[in-house]
Amino acid sequence: MEKVKSFISSFGLPRLIIAGFLLLLFIIAPFVGIRVGASISDTLARFGMNSIMVLAMVPMIHSGCGLNFGLPLGIISGLLGATLSIETGVTGPLSFLLAILYSTPFAIILGWGYGKLLNRVKGSEMMIATYVGFSSVAFMSIMWLILPYSSPTMVWGYSGSGLRTTISTDGFYSQILHNFLCLRIGSLEISLGEILFFALFAFIIWAFLHTKTGTAMTAVGSNPIFARASGISVDKQRTLSVIMSTWLGALGILCYQQGYGFIQLYQGPMYMAMPAVSAILIGGASVNKASIPNVIIGTILYQGIVTMTPSVMNNLIHTDMSEVLRIIVSNGMILYALTRKSGASR
Amino acid sequence: MQSVSKEYNGNPVLKDVNFTLKEGEVLGLVGENGAGKSTLMNILFGMDVIRQTGGYGGRILIDGKEVKFASPLDALKAGIGMVHQEFSLLPGFTAAENILLNREPENKSVISLVFGQRANTIDRKTLQKKAIDAITKLGVSLDPDMLVSEMPVGHKQFTEISREISKSSIRLLVLDEPTAVLSEKEAEMLLKAIKNLSAQGISVIFITHRLQEILDVCNKVIVMRDGRIINELDAAKTSIQEMAKLMVGREVASSSREKEERKLSDSIIMSIRNLWVDMPGETVKNVNLDVHKGEFLGIGGLAGQGKIGIPNGIMGLFPSGGSVTLNGKNIPLGDTRACLDSSMAFVSEDRRGVGLLLDESLEWNIAFPAMQIQNKFLKKYLGGLVKWRDQGAIESVTKKYIQQLQIKCTSSKQKAKELSGGNQQKICLAKAFALEPKLLFVSEPTRGIDVGAKALVLQALKQYNRELGVTIVMVSSELEELRQCCDRIAIVTDGAISGILPASTPSEEFGILMVGKSMKEAK
Amino acid sequence: MKKEIDIKKFLANNIVPIIFIVLCLICIPLAGYSGQYLVSQIITRIMRNSFLVLSLLIPIMAGMGLNFGMTLGAMAGQIGIIFITAWNVVGIPGLLLAAIIATPIAALLGWFCGKMLNMAKGREMITSYMISFFMNGVYQLVVLYGMGPVIPLHSDQVILPRGYGVRNTIDLINVRQSVDNFWSLTIAGVKIPLLTIILIALLCVVIVWFRKTKLGQDMRAVGQDMEVAREAGIKVERTRILAIVISTIFAAYGMILYLSNMGTLNTYNSHSQIGMFSIAALLVGGASVSRASIKNVFLGIILFHLMFILAPQAGRELMGQAQIGEFFRVFISYGVITLSLVLYEIRERREKAESAKAIADQQKEERA
Repeated sequence: MEKVKSFISSFGLPRLIIAGFLLLLFIIAPFVGIRVGASISDTLARFGMNSIMVLAMVPMIHSGCGLNFGLPLGIISGLLGATLSIETGVTGPLSFLLAILYSTPFAIILGWGYGKLLNRVKGSEMMIATYVGFSSVAFMSIMWLILPYSSPTMVWGYSGSGLRTTISTDGFYSQILHNFLCLRIGSLEISLGEILFFALFAFIIWAFLHTKTGTAMTAVGSNPIFARASGISVDKQRTLSVIMSTWLGALGILCYQQGYGFIQLYQGPMYMAMPAVSAILIGGASVNKASIPNVIIGTILYQGIVTMTPSVMNNLIHTDMSEVLRIIVSNGMILYALTRKSGASR
Repeated sequence: MQSVSKEYNGNPVLKDVNFTLKEGEVLGLVGENGAGKSTLMNILFGMDVIRQTGGYGGRILIDGKEVKFASPLDALKAGIGMVHQEFSLLPGFTAAENILLNREPENKSVISLVFGQRANTIDRKTLQKKAIDAITKLGVSLDPDMLVSEMPVGHKQFTEISREISKSSIRLLVLDEPTAVLSEKEAEMLLKAIKNLSAQGISVIFITHRLQEILDVCNKVIVMRDGRIINELDAAKTSIQEMAKLMVGREVASSSREKEERKLSDSIIMSIRNLWVDMPGETVKNVNLDVHKGEFLGIGGLAGQGKIGIPNGIMGLFPSGGSVTLNGKNIPLGDTRACLDSSMAFVSEDRRGVGLLLDESLEWNIAFPAMQIQNKFLKKYLGGLVKWRDQGAIESVTKKYIQQLQIKCTSSKQKAKELSGGNQQKICLAKAFALEPKLLFVSEPTRGIDVGAKALVLQALKQYNRELGVTIVMVSSELEELRQCCDRIAIVTDGAISGILPASTPSEEFGILMVGKSMKEAK
Repeated sequence: MKKEIDIKKFLANNIVPIIFIVLCLICIPLAGYSGQYLVSQIITRIMRNSFLVLSLLIPIMAGMGLNFGMTLGAMAGQIGIIFITAWNVVGIPGLLLAAIIATPIAALLGWFCGKMLNMAKGREMITSYMISFFMNGVYQLVVLYGMGPVIPLHSDQVILPRGYGVRNTIDLINVRQSVDNFWSLTIAGVKIPLLTIILIALLCVVIVWFRKTKLGQDMRAVGQDMEVAREAGIKVERTRILAIVISTIFAAYGMILYLSNMGTLNTYNSHSQIGMFSIAALLVGGASVSRASIKNVFLGIILFHLMFILAPQAGRELMGQAQIGEFFRVFISYGVITLSLVLYEIRERREKAESAKAIADQQKEERA
């Protein structure tokens, strides 16, 4: 009994419930006529699309900046990179690399400014990050209309100016990672390309956290006063972590676009931070501690629920409540993390 | 009070305390930090800490009847009021509002019949009147409409006291260091106010470090040391010297241990000029100090006088100014990195807040500063581009210190928060030792740790100083401890050095230095 | 010299309203609306929104920051409105019934929100914000799936043709403008709804009165320092929960008034929008996280909604696209909240830094 209790407390009750729920869905699935193989492939495809955005939470959590509700800022850098890459007219895999390349300077500049801002508002980062995200999305909405893009695949056909709300990545980098080294076993489809891409960046972050600078960053998050007393510039470490998070956010959205097949502009990025935040929390992270396994477990659990609920629910009670359930689960998870006493100090 | 005693975790902190207080009498309570004054007052006031740590022994009698307070509220009902060192005031409220906080007079109205008591409006006029009554009773000038945030410190203090005496049943008022934050003029006003109260039949227990004040207002003085009442004196017949001597003097004469008089090196390793530090509660105003190479310098003084602020300010943990030179080179103040780079290290008095990464392993705690400052315990790849944590080296250095300092832990990977206070302190020392500093600041190294660990920590420091020739500056509230380890001891009073004496000097002289200002008057 | 500092201080403390006044002044000629149109629009907006914005004042007084959880009250109000529309209760009695239905729901939601916020002291705002998101999910569950089969509602006006779930938009023909039209005057072509004004004035009086009550005093005390308040014997947790409950109930009433004025209910959008707009309006009026007055409420509503009316038209005139104006006002509402939050934090920090300077000065003086 004691063992069970300690297991539950170390694993976290909500995580256990969610994992149990997902398992239940998978058990029910065959009985209501859903092919498990297809469901797993779907989950994995979504994992590939979303995992880097979840990874983008890690550096900021490590440096004590809290959950990165300002993810839209990184997404905007990604969008700028994506649109600029398409504007050049380059197609195929090269356009993906170009998009990464173009988004990098934006991510660094925006991340730097964002980091400086967060340093001045220590203690209420999360609230301000949320609104920085929102206002930058709204600001960019104006920009998408004004900026002088001209590629016919992107601008409105009738007026010849202003970008469309959704832009297809077909012919550019749609499915580029997904189709790379894609294994097909019956109905099961595993894209090694996406998984390797994620693994590469997960490894980079893991390795970074083992270097001198990474150690300093963790210490800043763990106890900023200790770090300061050890001669670490707390503000510098935090800014660095924000830049990293922003850049990963940019990469994350590019990865998402290649899997989804479309670039979503305007209000599209507005609420994209919430799924990523709750995914990492479901994975067992707290407001000030997160690891790579948290990212992997969280993304699989979260995306598993998102893919499985609609199909199972639909076949079971012929009602699609999945969207509502998703809202309740993801926001409930964030709420749980925020109200936990043993959580962070902020 | 009859034979009151109290233990914390088996450590007796109060032994057989007896005293009586008459109506309208002013009792002065003096003693070093840790002498048991606060514990005694906590018992009297029924504070939660006492009950949570197992209650107390002995009896407290009021009007001949035994009382046992379950909470401070009970004590309040019995007419005991206490003014703590920290203000407990609301900055956005006026003096009057603060004085009658949560005891506001109310207008009864029909609405409150529906919505309950709290829907009563507040009767501003009566509130004002009651507040003025309390202020007049105290006999000070205080504007009841002034916002607390705009008041000088003295007025805040008066507001606090007015609040206590506005309670109708007040019979005994405990003042804990009320004058510490006041200017001389304000202190004078307060002393007058105390006399006023006593004339109105309210008894006062007055805790202070300023002995002159005791002579000025008290009828009776109790000197406490090591949890006992050492002596009860008639304030009219005693002197500052007598009290100071009783405060610090130990029966164990200094002769019991042989004191090596070491010759100090002439070269000065660090010189401090006009240092000020803004550390809340430990403000340093104007410190000038020279530290000799290889010496073990102690910094003592009473709490709140600024001794702790000195190392914290130099190491850049709190805003500071002035000039500090190390080996003739100027050290930029407020730059922790520069201090660490020039081979200084600091063991903070705030173990859990500043000293440790509580959520990380011992390995991290010990190796972290040395890794960050001196690039130790790192493996370099790609021509130094990638600096990788060297797990092996970190582990071995941690094991070395675990052994050397006899740190009790399950493994070097245990989390720092799981260790006991004494072992945490040793981790902090190990952290500083790993930096191999030339000058080491140690602040309150024995605070809150048990006797065994205490001796070990002090021994380790002494050894480090004697064998490796590292200069150590140790700040401590315990004079005895300083006298054991140090070559010289500087005493800080009122944010400045009031004197530096060899450690072999009798403790009375330190005592007189500690009470500071009154020294001149005493001689 | 002294005056110069005062002006600087005034500018720094009121930067948000000043920016808005300047923006509005620029936009008025650009948009080219007539004065009469603007005035009547502004009056409509004040009638519509002030009750909602006023509901934010009490949690600020209790030191709990901006109550993003007011959305919960709005939800309760909407549920009340849905019921009376389904039951076909018309006019002012209908609105009263809606209020009666909404009150216990709002109280319950407010109590839940207050409990949660007590568990997350020091980060009330982000938590109340997430609560509003979370409860939005629950609200959708109830309204989209529960209404019909679980909660018996059978009105074609309200329920979707499939037999359960509430329609996306509901026409509130039964109660449209019923408060406004009950007793109104027309002066120079501008309609002035007297009953609504009386209601809003009544709430202002209630808030002023509330500040003078014992509970109001306790809330101010708790808002300044929870520990000191606790030492003085005030029940801190209970007081904080009460603040949120009262705010949520007022928000529910405000939402009912708002909807009756609008005449249509956007079942799945109205409440979340209203939360953001109300908070933005309050901040535009010069309120901060810790201080807000009735004056801020009205100034904020006037400026914010003036901007709202002007921005699309000004955008069309300036850029040839009304959409830019639309996006601009979204940007402005988020931007204002961001700016106010950041300024508030920075100001707090600056005040702390000043004590160090004081010591340095003091020492200089002593040496001199």
